[in-house]
Amino acid sequence: MKNGLVMASLLTMPLASFAWEFRGEVGLEGRYFTQESPYPESDYSTNGSAYLKPEILHEWNNRDDLFTFIPYARVDEHDTERTHWDIRELSWIHVGSGWESRVGIRKVFWGVTEGRHLVDVINQTDLVDQVDGEEKLGQPMINLSTVRNWGIVDVFILPGFRERTYAGEDGRPRTPLPISDNAHYESSQENQRVDFAIRYQQYFDNGLELALSHFSGTSREPLLVPDALTMAELSALIATGQLPAGSNPEFTPLYNIIDQTGLELQYLNSGWLWKLEAISRSGQGERFSAVDGGFEYTQVGLFDTSADLGWIVEYIWEDRDDILASPMASDLLLGTRFTFNDVASTEILAGVIYDTEEEEKAFSVESSRRIGNSLKVSLEARFYTDTEKPQSATQLYRDALRNVNSNPGLSPISRSDFIQAELVYYF
Amino acid sequence: MNVRLLPAVLFISLAAPTVLAQSPEEKGLQIAREADNRGEGFGDFQADMKMVLISKSGQTSERELRVKTLEGTGEGEGDKSLTIFDTPRDVRGTAMLTFSYKTRDDDQWLYLPALRRVKTIASRNKSGPFMGSEFSFEDMRGQEVEKYTYEYLRDEPCGELTCFVVARYPQDEDSGYIRQVSWIDQQEYRTWKVDYYDRKESLLKTLKASDFSQYQDKYWQPGKMSMVNHQTGKSTDLFWSNYRYDTGLDGADFNKNSLKRAR
Repeated sequence: MKNGLVMASLLTMPLASFAWEFRGEVGLEGRYFTQESPYPESDYSTNGSAYLKPEILHEWNNRDDLFTFIPYARVDEHDTERTHWDIRELSWIHVGSGWESRVGIRKVFWGVTEGRHLVDVINQTDLVDQVDGEEKLGQPMINLSTVRNWGIVDVFILPGFRERTYAGEDGRPRTPLPISDNAHYESSQENQRVDFAIRYQQYFDNGLELALSHFSGTSREPLLVPDALTMAELSALIATGQLPAGSNPEFTPLYNIIDQTGLELQYLNSGWLWKLEAISRSGQGERFSAVDGGFEYTQVGLFDTSADLGWIVEYIWEDRDDILASPMASDLLLGTRFTFNDVASTEILAGVIYDTEEEEKAFSVESSRRIGNSLKVSLEARFYTDTEKPQSATQLYRDALRNVNSNPGLSPISRSDFIQAELVYYF
Repeated sequence: MNVRLLPAVLFISLAAPTVLAQSPEEKGLQIAREADNRGEGFGDFQADMKMVLISKSGQTSERELRVKTLEGTGEGEGDKSLTIFDTPRDVRGTAMLTFSYKTRDDDQWLYLPALRRVKTIASRNKSGPFMGSEFSFEDMRGQEVEKYTYEYLRDEPCGELTCFVVARYPQDEDSGYIRQVSWIDQQEYRTWKVDYYDRKESLLKTLKASDFSQYQDKYWQPGKMSMVNHQTGKSTDLFWSNYRYDTGLDGADFNKNSLKRAR
């Protein structure tokens, strides 16, 4: 492993011979795509996949020292990029008096909203694994955390960078152009740069929660830059309207060095949970800001049953024009969650993201329930409405040439409506 | 602790000579205070809990969890507690941090291990079922004296003991109950039975506690609590084990950092 600092710290971890705990989960996933694929490489309508996520846990010194190891592997029927493995966590936590250190590969979540996790910058997104962006790659880190009356302060040293994962040419859903393996970095140290982050959080007993954070380092979110065409390709495109055979342009991910300041605010009053996340980022073109704000409210004991109905409403806004960087610039999220509160913990979550500028909508429905003590089954559907045709490489360049804004809106992942069933066994 | 105990002791010693002139409300409150006082001063404890959910047709499913509790010390401050879920396995590692208060709603956070995320529990779901069981969230919560008004009803034999029968009325408008009637023994002030009446005044549930053990020569805790829902025919048995007092917990064990590593 390339992160000598982190590994050296792990090796100095005092070893003890207490009980080790082994557990984990294994999942089977089946997908059905309701539309034909616009790409010949991914011309299939069903896909199977499976993952394994074991956990090895160990604690000693009266739980003042904790060890965690969580490897992760997925196999996919069609997409060679989605067949991948990762170390989600390999860490040692030491708890002192009023502070704790967390060293190794870990996952850290920042934020309060559901629509877009603007503030959450520590871990890279494992986008090929889950299109919702909630799955993350393990990030090497040294994290010191102190707890005081006036709040919790976390300092992060982040040695080493992970590139975002994308579906391959044979994946569904996928990007209009395949993603190049040769990412461009602003930093001369490329993926070896040491990044820094700091976060302060406080909870006030009037229901207000606040966090302020700053991140300085390589952006987890790349800009995707289409390859320049050769003179021959360009000539062919102008002459025939088609790229010549054998021409395979790609998107090259560009990872800039950014400075991002984030604010998280949450206020709970009489069952209404008000949420706000805001960021200001410099380093990717002009400085820009983005905001996600809204509320969550739950109606309890619906129709005299024990079921709850929760509502999530958020507005997401971003003031940058670079449409390739963010497919959602002024979006409204409406979500509703049915919680049946039954023995099987049955839940249904339905949501729509409405892009007010492109007038596109992304729908999702997720439902899950437990079977017995160790099995969980979930059904999921994702649908997109967009009037645009899917973009082939030819179209993308032709549009660019015509100086038409190629605004992909939600379309890098559109034209891939699917229904998914997943079965997870916990051992 | 001493600050809070002193007025309570004064109240009882002042109240004693005038016991004949007491109204049922005053006597009910006095019994509730005495029961509360006998549970005070524990500092901290940890225990394991197993819930057995029994359906109308007799099918069972189990949940196991661990509870850590730190007694509140400040003015108006209730207990702090950390609940860690072990089974069913899909919720394993989920942990709930609760700061309870004497006169206002609790603050609650839930740690979701898969997302490594701490979420504030916004719902005022007090009457809703806790983990699909017949215990509601308000049944599982700290029973602060100030959250109810009381009425002494009568004395009644309960087994070999004599019990006070006391009605209490939740002050919280989100409570699922209009009143609860408790059987509290006159010797040790343990609650043996509670009848819960819903907002429509009909008998909803009955709780029976049994297998009491005394810890630290002072604190009585039931080994088993059975809740029967008369309206649905379902029931939940709750078994407590591995009670430990004076385990060295302090405030640092009850914050968002400790919540995230509770597992």
